[in-house]
Amino acid sequence: MYRQTLTQLAAELRARRVSSVELVRAFLARIEASQSTLNAFVTVTAEQALAQAEAADRALGAGRGGPLEGVPFGHKDLFCTAGVRTTCGSRMLENFISPYDATVVSRLKAAGAVMLGKLNMDEFAMGSSNETSYFGPVRNPWNPALVPGGSSGGSAAAVAARLLPAATATDTGGSIRQPAAFCGVTGIKPTYGRVSRYGMIAFASSLDQGGVIAASAEDTARVLREMAGFDPRDSTSVDAPVPDYLAGLEQSLSGLKIGVLKEFFDTGLDPAYERCVREALAVFERLGASVREVSLPNIPLSVPAYYVVAPAECSSNLARYDGVRFGHRCAEARDLEDLYKRSRSEGFGAEVKRRIMTGTYVLSAGYYDAYYLKAQRVRRLITSDFARAFGEVDLLMGPTTPTPAFELGAKVADPITMYLNDIYTISANLAGLPAMSVPCGFAAGLPAGLQIIGPHFAEARLLNAAHRYQRETDWHLRIPEAYA
Amino acid sequence: MALTREQVENIAHLARLELEPAQIPRFQQNLSSIVDFIGELERAQTAGVPPMAHPLPGLTQRLRADAVTETDERELYQKNAPQVAAGLYLVPKVIE
Repeated sequence: MYRQTLTQLAAELRARRVSSVELVRAFLARIEASQSTLNAFVTVTAEQALAQAEAADRALGAGRGGPLEGVPFGHKDLFCTAGVRTTCGSRMLENFISPYDATVVSRLKAAGAVMLGKLNMDEFAMGSSNETSYFGPVRNPWNPALVPGGSSGGSAAAVAARLLPAATATDTGGSIRQPAAFCGVTGIKPTYGRVSRYGMIAFASSLDQGGVIAASAEDTARVLREMAGFDPRDSTSVDAPVPDYLAGLEQSLSGLKIGVLKEFFDTGLDPAYERCVREALAVFERLGASVREVSLPNIPLSVPAYYVVAPAECSSNLARYDGVRFGHRCAEARDLEDLYKRSRSEGFGAEVKRRIMTGTYVLSAGYYDAYYLKAQRVRRLITSDFARAFGEVDLLMGPTTPTPAFELGAKVADPITMYLNDIYTISANLAGLPAMSVPCGFAAGLPAGLQIIGPHFAEARLLNAAHRYQRETDWHLRIPEAYA
Repeated sequence: MALTREQVENIAHLARLELEPAQIPRFQQNLSSIVDFIGELERAQTAGVPPMAHPLPGLTQRLRADAVTETDERELYQKNAPQVAAGLYLVPKVIE
């Protein structure tokens, strides 16, 4: 049963060939058995899930229930869940019980999805390997000596090991796509503003966007359809109708114009990985698409621009953790300043401190123009590059990451080496564009990801292309041996 | 550009972080390499390019009606507070 996609499971539930309680029990058993190896979960909500599954079975029995009624599901531990601990992977929020549900959480609940638990992640979503989590690293189901990627490493590892059919994730600089690529699963980061950020713990507010990781493009479409849409509680949420992402999945790709991002095939790209991506492009050509090279000259500036903008927004967002209203508080503070400083220093890990300090530096007097305003100007150059490209092609494609998953500990010593993991993913965040990672083969036995980037609000086009590709290939159905 | 120990201590103070003395050299080294890395932006030709703060150009900040939409949930919210008394958040003495 666990090998089936979310689409299949939802149909089985609706046809009453399986009950939600049976499914939830089966997935909970897999979660429990994997936890000591993978550490994909921070919190498992077994009792609550079983109660919710019983209610889902009653609804389905009465011919009622939402599109995801009874489907086991998980949330990245960055989405606030009412009455359930929401840690954001940090000691700072180790005991934080959210008083409310994020909009994404309440929408998926209304659609009938049953939450089995909260997924592990890099602390405050700052990391590309899941090693910055206060609750210990997540491990890659393809090889536990390797990282699953980050920051949504728990979500990606859980779906890859079929501990869950799908999970929410978030992406500020690649945090959905990079772990999806490393774990051989499908992930979509929608257009900025498409999915509500209300109740999504903030890291960099002009870049953060919620999305989903699942086995197939069809599954991500099915979940995104429920998550997306205007929310008056998020002032940057876009008030535009959400198309039915399932309706266009089967459309022909004949005549589709694909641009291959020249700058993504640089010297840093692993040759075996590149072969996987080139073979995927050939599949699209066979499906009737035309493929040509496109150059975005300012793309190489994405990572430095991001490491000004994201830390600046992070330093301002994380100023709220003061040890007074919620979160970790140090013992026996001498005065208010001592309370702030020691609570924050004890509550945050090293990477979060580095980002806060980088942000503080670039925003401080004398540096604001040189770094922050400069980065915002570069951000516009990158966005204009994309706009020009989308005047000529319908979608852009390239690798999701330069290499497959690496070993735990391999990149922790040097932050820049770690940051460069996101070299191909960051530009889509700076420009607010929707982007996906789709499994496209194996490089030296490890999953490789094809990245697809589209114009603003072109999620349906991305999902259509990814789905047609997945009808021709079975990379997305491969399950790591230990979990098959 | 190498940041001095004093600069790192000052940034930490501005960010209300207290670094253990033994950790400072590591932060000094990391932050210096980050500053070098983002220094690459200098070579970008950005004359006349307006800064971009929001990824969806043309969208303006929405305003909502000035109406009460939330109810008083003080008790619920204060359950997460480290220290409260009589519905108030407690902090160390601020005024002598």
